[in-house]
Amino acid sequence: MPTDTTVAPAHSPDQEAPLAVVRAADRAYRLSLRALLAALALLVIAGLVSATVGAAGLPVSAVVSALLDALPGVRVDSGLTTSQEAILWSIRLPRAVLSMLVGAALGMAGAAYQGVFRNPLADPYLLGVSAGAGLGAVLALGFDLDLSFGPFNAVPAAAFAGALLAVSGSALIARGSFSSAATLLLSGVAMAALFSAAQTYALQRLDETRAREALSWLFGQLTTHGWDQVLLLLPYVGLSGVVLLAYARHLDVLRLGDDEAKALGLKPARTRLVVIIAATLMTAAAVSVSGLIAFVGLVVPHVVRMLTGHSYRVVLPLAGVLGGAFLASVDVGARTLVAPAELPVGVITAFVGAPFFAFVLWRRGAPR
Amino acid sequence: MRLQATGLRVRLRRDEVLHGIDLHLEAGEWLGVIGPNGAGKSTLLKALAGVLRHTGTLEIGSGPRATQIALMPQAPLLPEGMSVVEYVLLGRTAHLGWLRGETRRDRRIAAEVIGRLRLDEFVDRPVTSLSGGEAQRAVVARALAQQTQILLLDEPTSALDLGHQAEVLSVVDELRRQDGISVIAAMHDLGSAARYADRLQLLAAGSTAAVGTPTQVLDPDVLTRVYRTPLDVHQLDGEIVVLPRRAATTGRNNP
Repeated sequence: MPTDTTVAPAHSPDQEAPLAVVRAADRAYRLSLRALLAALALLVIAGLVSATVGAAGLPVSAVVSALLDALPGVRVDSGLTTSQEAILWSIRLPRAVLSMLVGAALGMAGAAYQGVFRNPLADPYLLGVSAGAGLGAVLALGFDLDLSFGPFNAVPAAAFAGALLAVSGSALIARGSFSSAATLLLSGVAMAALFSAAQTYALQRLDETRAREALSWLFGQLTTHGWDQVLLLLPYVGLSGVVLLAYARHLDVLRLGDDEAKALGLKPARTRLVVIIAATLMTAAAVSVSGLIAFVGLVVPHVVRMLTGHSYRVVLPLAGVLGGAFLASVDVGARTLVAPAELPVGVITAFVGAPFFAFVLWRRGAPR
Repeated sequence: MRLQATGLRVRLRRDEVLHGIDLHLEAGEWLGVIGPNGAGKSTLLKALAGVLRHTGTLEIGSGPRATQIALMPQAPLLPEGMSVVEYVLLGRTAHLGWLRGETRRDRRIAAEVIGRLRLDEFVDRPVTSLSGGEAQRAVVARALAQQTQILLLDEPTSALDLGHQAEVLSVVDELRRQDGISVIAAMHDLGSAARYADRLQLLAAGSTAAVGTPTQVLDPDVLTRVYRTPLDVHQLDGEIVVLPRRAATTGRNNP
C-alpha cells in the first residue's frame, strides 16, 4: 500500500463517511428498543405467573383485570372474591414485586461491580456484603441483637449494618484508596473471611431451632409481611439504580483500564467510589430483606452480555430487568416445589445458576 | 508555542523518577523522546497526558487536558466485546458533559475519523478481532476523535513487525501534515526517531541528556555515554542509522 493513501484528508468530499459507518456510529452504545421491550415482557410474564400460582390458584385473566381495575380511571370487574382480592394484594403481589426488586438490585449491582473491578467474576458480595449481612442476621436471630430503626426491623437492620460495616472495613484496609481495584478486591476477600469466621462461630453457639432459622435466612428467602419489605427496599433500589445508570457511560470508559481512562479525562477513583457506594447500598438493602441469594448478581449480567453486548449502557438496565424476571420466576419454584413448605430461594438460584455458569465458562474455552 | 513544560517532576511511590524535565513543542512539530530503558520516556508522556501526577508547570491551551493532549499508550487495552466504533467513540469522553452521552456531532466525528483511517469495513467488528496493524489504526482513530492539538505516542511500534511499524508512523506523520497536529513520540528505534522527528530529546535516568536536531543529538560520544554501550552513527542515503560498535574479535565469523 503506498504510504500517501493511508489516511484520507479531513473533510475531503470523496471521503464523506459512508452511510454504513454513520449508521454504526448512531447505533453505538444504544440500548435497542426491541431488547428492552423483550426484557420487560419477560418481567411482566414472570410477575403474572408469580401472582397467579400458589396454594390458592388465581386465574390469570382475573389477576390482569384486578390490576387494570386498580389503575386510576379504569373500571374492570375482575370477578375475584374478597378473600382472593386480599390474597392478591397483600400476599402475592408484594412477594412478586419484592422478588423483582431484589433480583433487579442484585443484577444491576453485579454488573456494576464487574464494571468497576473490570473482572467478570465479580459479584455484589465481593467486598464483604454477604458475610457482613450474614453475621448481622445471625446475631439478630440468635442473640436478639436489636438495631431496629425506622422501617428496618431487627433482622434487616442488623444485616444492613453488618453489610455496610464489612464493606467500609474493606475500603479502610485499602486505605480509602479507590484507585487500585486489585487492592480493594483483596481487602474484600480479607473482610469476607473475617466476617464469615465470626458468623460460623456465632452459629456454633446457637441451639438447633435458632441455628436452623439463621441458616434458612442465610440461604435466602423472600418472605413478606404485606408491602413493608417492598417499601423499605424501593428507595434504595430506585436511587442507586438511577446513579448506576447515570454512571454506565463512565464504566464503559473504565473498560480501557485506569491509565487510558485518565488520559481520556475520566477520574477512575471517583467513578469507582460512587459506583461502589450505590451498588453496595442497593445490595445491602436487598440482602437485609431477602437473605443471601446466590448467583443472580454473577450470572444475570453474563447472560445479558451473551444476548446483547458488553456496553454497560446496555448491560446495566437489562441486568436489572432480567434479574427481576429471573428471581420472580425462581421464587415461584421456591414456593411451589415442596409446597406447603418453602425452599430457600437462594438454593434454587444456585442450582440453576451454577451449572449454567459452568456451561458458559466451558463454552468460552480454556481460560486466557 | 503549543506546549511548554518546565521542571516536570514525577514521584512513583517514594522515588522521584523524573527530575525536572523542561520541554517545549511548536505547532506541527514532531518531537522524538529517546533514551535507554528506564530513562523515563513513558513516565514523561504519562505525566504530560495527566495519567501520572507531576509537579512543575505545564502550559497548554485552555480547557480540560484531555481536550488538548491525546495519548496512544504503549500496550492499549482492547476490551472484549467492544466494537471499533464504540472504541473510537470513547475518544469523545473529554468533550462530553458529566452525565451526558454522545451527541449527534460526537457520533459524526467518530464516523468521519473511521473513514479517514480506512477502518470502514471493521466498524462493527470487535477490536479484539483486529490484526496488530488494524488495531493500531483503531487506537490512532480514537486519539484523533479526541480532537486534540497534541498527540503523544508511547513506543507506538514496539509490538508490530517492520511493515506495520512504518505504516503507523506514516499515518501519524500524515495527520501531522494534514491537520497541523504536534507529536511527541517516545521511541526505541533511533533510526525511525531521526527520520520522523524535527527535534530529539534524549533522556537519561530521568533527566534530559541532550536536546536538538537529530544530527545534533545522535552523537556517538553522547549516545555511548547514555546507553553505556559503544555506539556508532552511520549516514546511509541521508538516513541516520545507529548501531552497536562491533567488537574486533567477531571478525572471525566471516568466511
